[in-house]
Amino acid sequence: MINFKIVRRKPLPAWAKVVIPIGAVAATLILSAIPILLAGGQLWKSYYYLFYGALGTRFNLLETFVKGSPLILTGLAVAFAFRAKFWNIGAEGQLLAGALVATVLGVHMSGMSRPLALALIIAAGFLAGGIWAAVPGLLKTKLKVDDVVSTLLLNYVMWHIMGALLFGPLQQPGSSWPRSAAIADAARYPILLPRSRFHMGIIVSFVAVFIIWFINNKTTFGYRSKAVGVNIRAAHFGGINTTSVIVWTALISGGLAGLAGVGELCGIQYRLIMDISPGYGYTGIVIAMLGNLHPIGVFFSALFFSVIIVGAQTMSRMTGVPTYIADVIQGVALMVMLIFLLFTEYRIRVIKK
Amino acid sequence: MSHIFDIAFISGLIGATMRMATPIIYATLGEILVERAGVLNLGIEGTMLMGAMTGFLVTYSSGSLWLGVLAAGAIGMLLGLLMAFLAVHLGLSQHVSGLGITIFATGLAMFIYRLHFGSPTVPPIVHPFKEVALPVLSRIPLVGLGLFTQYSLTYLAWILIPCLSILLYKTNLGLKIRTVGENPVVADTVGVNVVLTRTLCLVVGGALMGIGGAFLTLAHQNMFLIDVVGGRGWVAIAMVIFGNWDPLKGTIGALIFGFLDGLQLRLQGMGIAVSFHIFLMIPYLLTIVALISVSRKASIPGALLKPYRREEKGG
Repeated sequence: MINFKIVRRKPLPAWAKVVIPIGAVAATLILSAIPILLAGGQLWKSYYYLFYGALGTRFNLLETFVKGSPLILTGLAVAFAFRAKFWNIGAEGQLLAGALVATVLGVHMSGMSRPLALALIIAAGFLAGGIWAAVPGLLKTKLKVDDVVSTLLLNYVMWHIMGALLFGPLQQPGSSWPRSAAIADAARYPILLPRSRFHMGIIVSFVAVFIIWFINNKTTFGYRSKAVGVNIRAAHFGGINTTSVIVWTALISGGLAGLAGVGELCGIQYRLIMDISPGYGYTGIVIAMLGNLHPIGVFFSALFFSVIIVGAQTMSRMTGVPTYIADVIQGVALMVMLIFLLFTEYRIRVIKK
Repeated sequence: MSHIFDIAFISGLIGATMRMATPIIYATLGEILVERAGVLNLGIEGTMLMGAMTGFLVTYSSGSLWLGVLAAGAIGMLLGLLMAFLAVHLGLSQHVSGLGITIFATGLAMFIYRLHFGSPTVPPIVHPFKEVALPVLSRIPLVGLGLFTQYSLTYLAWILIPCLSILLYKTNLGLKIRTVGENPVVADTVGVNVVLTRTLCLVVGGALMGIGGAFLTLAHQNMFLIDVVGGRGWVAIAMVIFGNWDPLKGTIGALIFGFLDGLQLRLQGMGIAVSFHIFLMIPYLLTIVALISVSRKASIPGALLKPYRREEKGG
């Protein structure tokens, strides 16, 4: 009889951190062939259109960055929180909080100069998302309320707050739909490249990657945040104020998700609608894991999923495979990456008896 | 406003409370069983959606409602098995494994539905379960009609509540399950198979979650909509904590949720101008408040979230 045993292995060299996500992507694409084939899609044709649809033309390539921007931000949000073992599943609600506050300000900003308007909106959107995440951070540290559950529930609370406002005071006058009036021109992210939707929010997300990398690697706070994640008791006895670190980590994490909401509102939609986010906050969890919680990893992993989401449209049109294949691939990728990560710490030993 | 307090309204509200609580009860019972064995299954939301879709699809194709329920239970079992493979056999992070299953199952449910039905302008429907009025009981004044004119699946849920209580507290198997959840090292020492126990609990719990989902498409509604589950799985996760991992107390939480959900529908139906969004927010807020008060005395299973690897015993 052959038995398997999972045993600890020596730490892997640094290159493994790059190879493992790439391997996970490859394994994901192989596994995702099953639903594609079951849907009657020809495999090579389907994958060809998946990537062609995302990268093949100038417009599609830029569109991949457009979709990638909120994913980078929610991915960073989740990664920054998970690194400190603050289980922020609430990026979706924090994104909505950012978009909501940006709307409230944006509709009243006509006549203001654009730099001032955008600076205000970015700051307010960051703060809104941050506060919406700091609440469960405080609940966790002060009242021992489980962060997974509280952040999840707050997503729904924020969604209903948004609904109540969009059917109430924020509703566009004369409209029977739950949507706000359009925000002022000054509050809109400028389009940076002609004949595309490549807006300034994309640059904001790139800058965020750098800032989080800087915080993680070059500041005491980044060090403390990681120490709390590795071993909260040791961090506490080492003299770190763990409560303050967790709450600040939550605030920054939520702020990043809030910026994703600002980007969708001020760069794409220009008015608040109920489905402003197709679940970017949840996809952020997948992105953070595939990116190994590292900002550079998050950057590439967000762009990968953006390729999948954008490309799935073309693939669906050309082969008839439903666009929801993009969601299936996300789920598969998360589980595959988790298994791959296991093998960075453990290996399987085959025991023959 | 006097008509708010008339008998028809109260009776209708009781009925709606029972109906809206049913899927939450199934999911809460399933999650309690799983967490008592030491596993947090965040795959619950996706498992419910997959159950809702599978139940609908099978009933639509076969014409049999109970076949749909069985299929929903079976798909829940499969997803429970997948969770067991990731979180128990491989010992991966329970948080991330569960979220992975929810994301995967959510995508898969919509993928299969779209593949099978395309994007019709009018969603396909089935003939849903009919309410069954229990003889005598349903004629009890005031409360009888609401309590005892329910779907079979609702009655089944109410039978399952004491069953799970008895299983957990009065049987040898229940003792084993709770020991595995509290202290797997001890369980292992006295010869309980930790991995097998957790796997079985995940499989049975998954079946309950799947059936809870099927209730939404086969009884509560007669069609599958993408947001049909709408966070009820997460509510169940909260109800488990609210109910201190106890089937009876968890049910009370589910009933409160069902009551607010039912009241909201009733008031809306009567044209009373309350934003339904504000109403639907209340259960989530109440749950968070409840979490604050119970977290001080929570009797959380000792080994929850901790994977068990035999060779790392005590390490």
